This record gives sequence, structure tokens and C-alpha cells, in this order.
Amino acid sequence: MNDFTRNDGRASDSSRTDAQAADERPVLIEAKDLCKYFPVGGGRVLKAVDRVSFVIRSGETLGLVGESGCGKSTTGRTLLGLYPRTSGEIRYGGTDIGALKGRELKEFRRQCQIIFQDPYSSLDPRMTIAEIVAEGIRVFEKLSKEEIRQRVNSLLARVGLTEDFANRFAHELSGGQRQRVGIARALAVSPRLIVCDEPISALDVSIQAQIINLLLELQREEGLSYLFISHDLSMVRHISDRVGIMYLGSLVELGSSDQVFRESLHPYTRALIAAIPDADPDAADTKGHSRLEGEVPSPVDSPSGCRFRTRCPYAQEACAADIPPMEEAAPGHFVACRRWRELQ
Amino acid sequence: MLKYILKRILFMFIALFFVTTLTFFLMRSIPGDPLASLARALPEQTRLNFYAKYGLDRPLFEQYLIYLKRLLTLDLGESVVYSGRSVSQTIAQTSPVSGLVGGIALAIGLVIGVGLGIVAALFKNRLPDYLVTFLAIIGVTVPVFVLASLLQYFFSVQLGWLPTSGWGKPKHLVIPVIVLSFGTIATYARYIKSSMLDVLNQDYILTARAKGLSEGQVIRRHVMRNSILPAITILGGRIVGIFTGSFVIESMFSIPGIGFYYISSINSNDYSMTMGTTIFYAALFVVIQLIVDIAYVLVDPRIRLSVGEKGGRA
Repeated sequence: MNDFTRNDGRASDSSRTDAQAADERPVLIEAKDLCKYFPVGGGRVLKAVDRVSFVIRSGETLGLVGESGCGKSTTGRTLLGLYPRTSGEIRYGGTDIGALKGRELKEFRRQCQIIFQDPYSSLDPRMTIAEIVAEGIRVFEKLSKEEIRQRVNSLLARVGLTEDFANRFAHELSGGQRQRVGIARALAVSPRLIVCDEPISALDVSIQAQIINLLLELQREEGLSYLFISHDLSMVRHISDRVGIMYLGSLVELGSSDQVFRESLHPYTRALIAAIPDADPDAADTKGHSRLEGEVPSPVDSPSGCRFRTRCPYAQEACAADIPPMEEAAPGHFVACRRWRELQ
Repeated sequence: MLKYILKRILFMFIALFFVTTLTFFLMRSIPGDPLASLARALPEQTRLNFYAKYGLDRPLFEQYLIYLKRLLTLDLGESVVYSGRSVSQTIAQTSPVSGLVGGIALAIGLVIGVGLGIVAALFKNRLPDYLVTFLAIIGVTVPVFVLASLLQYFFSVQLGWLPTSGWGKPKHLVIPVIVLSFGTIATYARYIKSSMLDVLNQDYILTARAKGLSEGQVIRRHVMRNSILPAITILGGRIVGIFTGSFVIESMFSIPGIGFYYISSINSNDYSMTMGTTIFYAALFVVIQLIVDIAYVLVDPRIRLSVGEKGGRA
């Protein structure tokens, strides 16, 4: 994994120029104050995604990290319109996707694809691999059977599967092979953005690297943008240009990969990073970050003010008053914490 | 696959053997004999002649062996009560009548049941869903004979639209078919509804939507295919339900089907008739179960492995 050293080797001040360089790439999709609430009965709501804002630029990877249940998957699915949003804006190519209809909506669907976490349940068990991959193509293009067959075979080859797989069913494949089918399926319609919803967390560690390398290779070749959702911090750091940290439905920190991992500002980000298993236990002590304690509160009755205050070692009374806004601490580096200046 | 089918066929014969044996001794343990229904005292010699004619004077176990031996040549004997009437002939004459009523009821039940299930799933927690659920609960809980009596009362006695009972004209079919299909409608509506809701929550449905398929395409291509095919497994149970329903229905509506004769043969201790009909029902049932199971293997690609040469995971 040479790319690890690429990130780690960067000087901290060069990351700022990186962030600015990234700024010049055109924005592909933008979420602004995106909310997704689920009613849970008794008039109460589960705030799965609460006022989340971010942009994804052409050809970049935005990593989205957080503990399970923090709303990262819901964010990805809502972004693609697979879940209807509660409020907020999703702008794609300058237009809100809520305003898209008919052919435009279909085009949005084509350009924005998704790869799911579970390669077992995300493939229709009654379809062969060829049918699964071809279905999306058929929606958007009128091709002859032979053309579709060739397209499917070349897609399978792209993701490292042979033609023999075309007539098999998903259950005959291993997890890694299925995830390759999921990728081929998403690639089939030549998308510009792929939401990778924990694409590797269900796979063996040995297979994870293969899938990640495949995703990176495809990004280089096709100029794809990724929203890479994961709870694996090292992997997100490895693959992402920019990273957003989510806690209980909200973004608490957002910035370039180096900013978030090397100059982390939010206490939650620091605690997450401290929790990464270290190859050198002595070095872990020098980090000086506190470990996370306690459980994530329920997103139904989330704490007032700062969501993280119930577990934050630096919480004060003021933190309970209102939700801290996202502040730009450095160019391209945002944090939602009242005390980030004091805590540096 | 072939090995699996051969194994299943072997088990079918074992099952039939047990059914035969059990029915044989159960029938004989019922008090009385075929002459009891005659209600008249017969001369002792006539009685003995009768027993001798049907071999009823021999020891029970010997009778059993004789019966098995004749069964192997597919000879079901002749009715003990109505002399000269062959059991297999009676089955051949009466089963098409039952098959017609049951077949229509099953077909109607399947179509309406699956349809209602789809409607209920698509309109979950709205009026159509509640109506279907109500109908399904009625269908599952109200016994066939109660429903039959109610329909007879309203449509025949009160409104006079349909005959109370009888056979020969299409209008004779209406009430029996409605009553018989009701259980199937109820079972299938409930099954399809829950299986559709289950499938709708699967990730591959999100995948299908992400592919850009319209909602109608998602429902038709992915949801219905995956939720209706498993319903084949409960088909065997529904066919049995139609059989058992037909015993009651045919007796209530005087339909000359096999169920009608089956019930009357039990009432009159017509040993050979009851035996023959039971074996016929049992054979039909195991064959249908086998067909249903094979059909399920054929439509679900995931099962193929577990019974195939690889023996992999199901």
C-alpha cells in the first residue's frame, strides 16, 4: 500500500495547498442542510441525518466516517434520492434533484450509482450475473443482445471477473466476487459519482485491499467521484481526498484528509483517531488523546446543544445551550465545536 | 437432482405403506361392520356367506396380507356395501367431479389471493390493506361449513339466485367454489403481503432503484418475482386444504365427487371403499408434494446447489 506513505509523507502545510488545489475542481454534487428524519411512532422522530452540508467535486473522494448508526449510510442513500429527504437541498449540476423529472431524473440516476455494504443481499438472487449487470444498461440504452453480452463481458473483465461468471447466480460467488459484480453493475451505466456504502466492511481483510485498489484504479481511469462511507479510519484516510466525521446524524468535522487526521480539531475526531489500533503501543501513549467512553445516545432523544457533549471530556454548560455551527478553522477545514480554539 | 427425485419417490412408497397399514387397522377398530348399516337382522347363514365372500371371516392379519398383495397389482377390490361396484371404477368416475370443483377453486383462489396480497403490500397501513387483512382473518378463522351455510342462506334461500345444492349446471358450482377458494385466498393474500414487504426491504431492491428502473419495473421485475415464487411452497398445503374442504362441501351440496363417497363409505363401514379412497388421496398428496418441491427447486436458483452434485450451501 504505497498510497499510505503518500499521505503520511506530506508536510502539514502542503496539505493546505492541496485543499486549495482541490477547490478548483468543479463541484459535482452538493448537499446543503440535508435532513432525513424517520418517524418512530408516538409523534417522535429519529434524526438520522440532521443538517449535513458538503460538496463532492469531480474526480475526488469524500470519505464519510462515524460509528455505526451515526447516519452515514442514510446520508449516502438520501443524497442519491433513494430515500426521500425531509428537508435541505441536494444540488447536482446546479439543479436541485427534487426538481428533476422524467428524462433528467433518469439521467441523474444513471450518473450517480451506489455500491452496497452487503454483497449478499444487494444482488437479486433470481438473476444471473449477466442479467444483474445488463439490467441497468437496458434501462438507458437500446442495444442488441449481442452488444449487451459484449458490454457485460468487458465490464466483468474490468472488475477482474472472467466471462464464466456471466451465467452464474450471485450465491455461487464469494463475497469479494460479488462485490466486484456490484461494482461492475454500478459501472455499467458510466456514472460520474459512486456512493460506496461501506463496500469493504463485509469482506475479508485480504479481499478488502483488492477491492480498494480496484476502486482507485477505476477512479484514475474514469475520473469518478466517490462518496466513501466507512467506519474504517485507516481505509478512509488511504482513499479519501477529503474526510467528513459524523456523529449522531451531524457532521462534526470536515476537511482534507491530512487536516482531519493530522490537525484534528474536534474532540470526537481525536478520540476516534486515538482508537485506531497502533502498531507501536508506546507511540499511542504520546498521542495524549482521550479514549471514548460511554455509549452513543439514541438519535431519537439526542442531547440538546452539542450532540457529543454527553461523552466529551471537555464539555461545559455552554455546550448544552445550542448546536454549535460549522466554523472554518483553516481554509477548507470545518469544525463544529464551541471550544476548538481553546483545545488546540 | 435425479438422485434426489429417486430418493423422494422411495420415501413416497414408504409413506403410502404406512398410510395403508394404519388405515386398515383403524377401520377395523371401529365398532360394527358393513352389515351394521342394514339395520335389519339377517339370517345367520346369510351373514356368514357375506363374511366369507369378502374374506372377512379370516384372521385380521391374514386379511391385511391379502389386501397388500392385491394392492401390489393395483387391485382395490369392490365395495363391501354396494356389491358389484368396483372401488377403482368409483374413484375414476367421481374424482373428475372433485377435480373440477377443486381445480376451479384453487385457480380462482390463487389469482385473487395473490392479487389481494400485492394490493395489501403496496397500500400498507391504508384502507385496502385493512380490508384485505379483515378478509384474510375471516377466511382463515371461519370454518368451511359455516361459510357454506351462510352463503346458502343468503343466495339460495333469501335471494333465490342460486340453487342450494345439486350438480349438473354451472350455477351449481358457484357457492361451492366460492367457499372452497376462500381459504386459499386468505392464505395467499397474507403470505404474498408479508413476502412482498420482506422483499421490498432487501438491498437489491435499492440496487434496482439505483439502476434507474421505474417503480413499476422494480415491482414487476424484482419484487413480484422474488415474493411470488416462494409461495409455491405453500401450494401443497392449499391443495390438501381443498381436498379436506371438499369432503364437507361435497356432502353439504350433494356433489357426486370422491369426497362425498369417501364420507359415506366411512359412515357405512365400507372397508374396501374407505381403504381405496384413502390410498388414492394419500398417493395424490405425496405426488403433489413432490411436484411442488421439484418446482420450487427449479424456480429458486439458490436451492439447486444443495440438492445437486455439489451439495453446497442452500
